[in-house]
Amino acid sequence: MIPRYQTILFIVLLVASVAMGGVLWNLRERAHQRLVAGQDSAPTQAPAVAPAEQATLVVANDDDNTLLQQAQSLPLPQDPGQRARAILGKLLDLYAAPGSAHPVPGGAGSVAQVFLLPASSQNSDPGAASGNSKASSAIPRAEDKTAVPKLGDSIPDDTRPLLAVVNLTGAFVAGHPSGIETETLTVLSLCGTLHANLPRVTQVRFLVDGQPRATLAGHADLTRTYLATDDVAQP
Amino acid sequence: MHSTKSVSMRALGRRPLIVALVAMVAAAGLLAGTATAQTEPATAAPQSRFVVVLDAAHGGDDPGGRLTGGISEKAFTLALSVRLRSLLAARGIQVVTTRESDSTMEPNRRADIANHANAQACLSLHATETGSGVHLYASSLPPVEPARFAAFKTAQAGWVTRSLALAGVVNSSLLGAGISVKLGRTALLAVDSMTCPAVAVEIAPKSPPDRATGAPPAADLDDPDYQARIAEALAAALLEWRTEAREP
Repeated sequence: MIPRYQTILFIVLLVASVAMGGVLWNLRERAHQRLVAGQDSAPTQAPAVAPAEQATLVVANDDDNTLLQQAQSLPLPQDPGQRARAILGKLLDLYAAPGSAHPVPGGAGSVAQVFLLPASSQNSDPGAASGNSKASSAIPRAEDKTAVPKLGDSIPDDTRPLLAVVNLTGAFVAGHPSGIETETLTVLSLCGTLHANLPRVTQVRFLVDGQPRATLAGHADLTRTYLATDDVAQP
Repeated sequence: MHSTKSVSMRALGRRPLIVALVAMVAAAGLLAGTATAQTEPATAAPQSRFVVVLDAAHGGDDPGGRLTGGISEKAFTLALSVRLRSLLAARGIQVVTTRESDSTMEPNRRADIANHANAQACLSLHATETGSGVHLYASSLPPVEPARFAAFKTAQAGWVTRSLALAGVVNSSLLGAGISVKLGRTALLAVDSMTCPAVAVEIAPKSPPDRATGAPPAADLDDPDYQARIAEALAAALLEWRTEAREP
């Protein structure tokens, strides 16, 4: 004869086991749904055949610490963000080529995205002084980070200045040579190239794998907003 | 009994006075604490006390760049800082260093040390294997009028003009020692927060790498003669800077 208390205990344990099984099944379903939602199931955009256009690259040279304009012909998409990414990709391809005067590994795939956002008027002070060398014209601003517009903001009319947010890959940053000169030249050549081809871009910020980062490779400050002016595009 | 009561009443009567005194001391402490954010006017009168801050970049968990010869940037900058400190001390210049060992130090802490030293010159020492010669960088912050209070991250803006002048003096001294120099401006976290004439000195190999053959640069960063020439030239520049600072 099974005692009554043992029967009750068995029933309680059975109910608890069933309930825990149900909770586990529910958690498993929710985890599965999260994984499915995390996958980018959007259809990839078919590559459009774009005609070759002239682009101006501001190319760095480590030997004399200068930035010089260089015209390149390459197919460019119509979308401004993708256009900026293609141009910067071409610039980084030059740096990754053998014999480059500014050797930086990585190439075109090092720019993950370029977002173009309306620049806040607080940051669009063109009167900020420029440096005394060609390599110093894209000067940083140290305003607070809250001034950066949200990614959802629409690009306004064709006259307002733009802020370009360049999202670099972690692999590019990890492989970038360390040094004040080489890092500064990379940052300034990216800023100058953006402004030379998209004159409305007057400010540039950098992200690495979508996150803010203190420096490029231990030296050049990436927490600042860089002002891209006409000076840097001058030969 | 009566006298005990009167004493306690007097003590009660003094309590507001004590509280007021404590509040005054606390306020004085707060004022002293905000001194780091204050910037002395860049055109302040020359001072008899001449202090140089040497900031050996990187250290500890942050090795910096990997230089030819297998040495790390943090070790190179520390060795240069020690050598330069000795040279300056021998010339009667007071030196404050941001680090004396292989220790991790945040940029804000480096700037904090420099700002508390009330220095007349701050050198941030770096090394690289790209380029050639010595690279001198001043802050790329736009110059502003010196203000009594300045944002910490851009405190150098009020000193940029003096920093450029210091870079010119260092440039002349290095050129005089037969070392090639490249001048520029950049954004460095520590330097941009310093309230002193500040220059980043980046030591590169004597000769650039041969791009045609792809050969690595000569391992001359660890050449004692090259290092000694640079240290002597920097010490001479700071002596010249002291002379200029003391001229009316």
